[in-house]
Amino acid sequence: MTGSIAALGAGLAVIGAGIGIGQIGGKAMEGISRQPEAAGKIQTAMIIAAALVEGVALFGVIVALLGNK
Amino acid sequence: MDFSHILNSKKITLSVVLGVFLTVFTCKAFAIQEKQVPEAAVENKETSKFDPSATILEHIGDSHYFHVGGHIAFPLPVILYTDKGLEIFSSERFEEGEKAYQGKYYQYALIKDKVKAVVADGKTIDETATVIDLSITKNVASMWLSVLLLLIIFFSVASSYKKRVGKAPKGLQSLLEPVILFIRDDVALPNIGYKYHRFMPLLLTVFFFILINNLIGMVPFFPGGSNVTGNIAVTFVLAVVTLIVVNVNGNKYYWKHIFAPDVPFWLYPIMWVVELAGIISKPFALMVRLFANIMAGHVIVIALISLIFIFKTLGIAPVSIAFTLFIDVLELLVAFLQAFIFTMLMALFIGSAVEEHHH
Amino acid sequence: MELVTPEWGLVIWTSITFLILLVLLKAFAWKPIMSAITERESSIEKALLKAEAAKEEMARLTSENEALIKQARAERDQILSDAKKVKEQMISDAKELAHREGARMIELARVEINNQKAVAMADVKNQVAVLSIQIAEKVLQGQLEDQNKQDALVAQLLKEVTL
Repeated sequence: MTGSIAALGAGLAVIGAGIGIGQIGGKAMEGISRQPEAAGKIQTAMIIAAALVEGVALFGVIVALLGNK
Repeated sequence: MDFSHILNSKKITLSVVLGVFLTVFTCKAFAIQEKQVPEAAVENKETSKFDPSATILEHIGDSHYFHVGGHIAFPLPVILYTDKGLEIFSSERFEEGEKAYQGKYYQYALIKDKVKAVVADGKTIDETATVIDLSITKNVASMWLSVLLLLIIFFSVASSYKKRVGKAPKGLQSLLEPVILFIRDDVALPNIGYKYHRFMPLLLTVFFFILINNLIGMVPFFPGGSNVTGNIAVTFVLAVVTLIVVNVNGNKYYWKHIFAPDVPFWLYPIMWVVELAGIISKPFALMVRLFANIMAGHVIVIALISLIFIFKTLGIAPVSIAFTLFIDVLELLVAFLQAFIFTMLMALFIGSAVEEHHH
Repeated sequence: MELVTPEWGLVIWTSITFLILLVLLKAFAWKPIMSAITERESSIEKALLKAEAAKEEMARLTSENEALIKQARAERDQILSDAKKVKEQMISDAKELAHREGARMIELARVEINNQKAVAMADVKNQVAVLSIQIAEKVLQGQLEDQNKQDALVAQLLKEVTL
């Protein structure tokens, strides 16, 4: 039972991260299409931001793992 | 292509490394193979249902054996630091967790893949004994292999730099130079500033250490496949290194920002708590990010392969293989990306600690 | 839970391994590699600067050359125009001389012609006088065959001569 709830928690965390990373990717695309010469800088910033969002999501996954046992 | 000469020059060194590695561990491998078969049969009878989560946990966890395939595994040395003294013996004494081993000071057994001191019956944990497990586990062995590879690669690159002074890079050198320059120009320089020189060795070492362990973890057969960077102990060490480097190099602006920020003085206690939490949470996030990413990759790959055994049909195999291939390609990207992100954020934190003008 | 609990054995081995790796790579790999890269970069930069300087020198030389060429060209033009002037001068001088010479010769010729004409006229006059005298002699011989006629003529002539 706790296992399934933990899985639900992990799923919820992943939804949030998905929305966040989607936003980041979309905005980065917009930025690149607006200013193609700044593509490299935007990409780096995008990857960092995505990694930060992903980190938060992974905290959720870890908490779910903690609750699993 | 011009890669043939690299392969030729490295062939000898690589085969020596692998040869040494194999001879160290090969001697006792086959004894285990024989003993294992009946046990597996018994297990199959007891639990006819395939348990994917057990398989996954076994694969991503650490082990006292280095599995080659099937039931062939190399036993690894067990080193225990007990309250009475040091104990060193081979993990083949446990015979795949079957038996307890009577050491000099206590009796030991493998309980859930961990070495524990046990009382006479060989099953119950002896609570009175303090045992610290310093064994050369699968992850340690695999890490040493990747460290050895790193040393061979970069020593040869360094020697070719010495040989070819002032000339254009060639071979392995030209493969790695753009990466080194990338770390310098796109990671260290923009984040740390002009003081980047001191931190270059650390950043480069961290980057290539994480990268090669990620990549070796993706090799599905021996001696790859161990989950080194997907183990929280390894990422914990890297995070602690970051914590120490950042705080040792923190200048007065950094510390002023933490202990005397520009807020009313009665807010100081709250700010101290927040800032100290920030000091800890940054490396903590680094630790969890790398660990969870790499571990998740391994879990997904094994879960997809497990589909074949869950459905007990080969019909699912093409789908499973296709998905695994897709995830593997993604993980290849993740291996590079996580090494880059870790190095990048490390440089960012160091940069915030050595920055001259805060705010 | 055990998945996220670091094992101390692995922590210790990782720390030792990582520190040894860091020390070894720093001493024997990163130091030579980074110094070689910086050295090469600085040498490339130097070479670029040198190339730039050479280019500037080249441009300077070219402009100098151009100035020289311009000067030479101007000089040549000057010389040419001088020569032309001299030539024109000579031609006009020659023309004038010729003119003058011609005029002089024409004058001479005219004088000669006039002289010749005068001589010829004198000659003709002489001839005419001789002829006239001969004719007159003949006429007179015929006329003066008798004495009367001679007397009449003398009288007439005397009449005609008015003193």
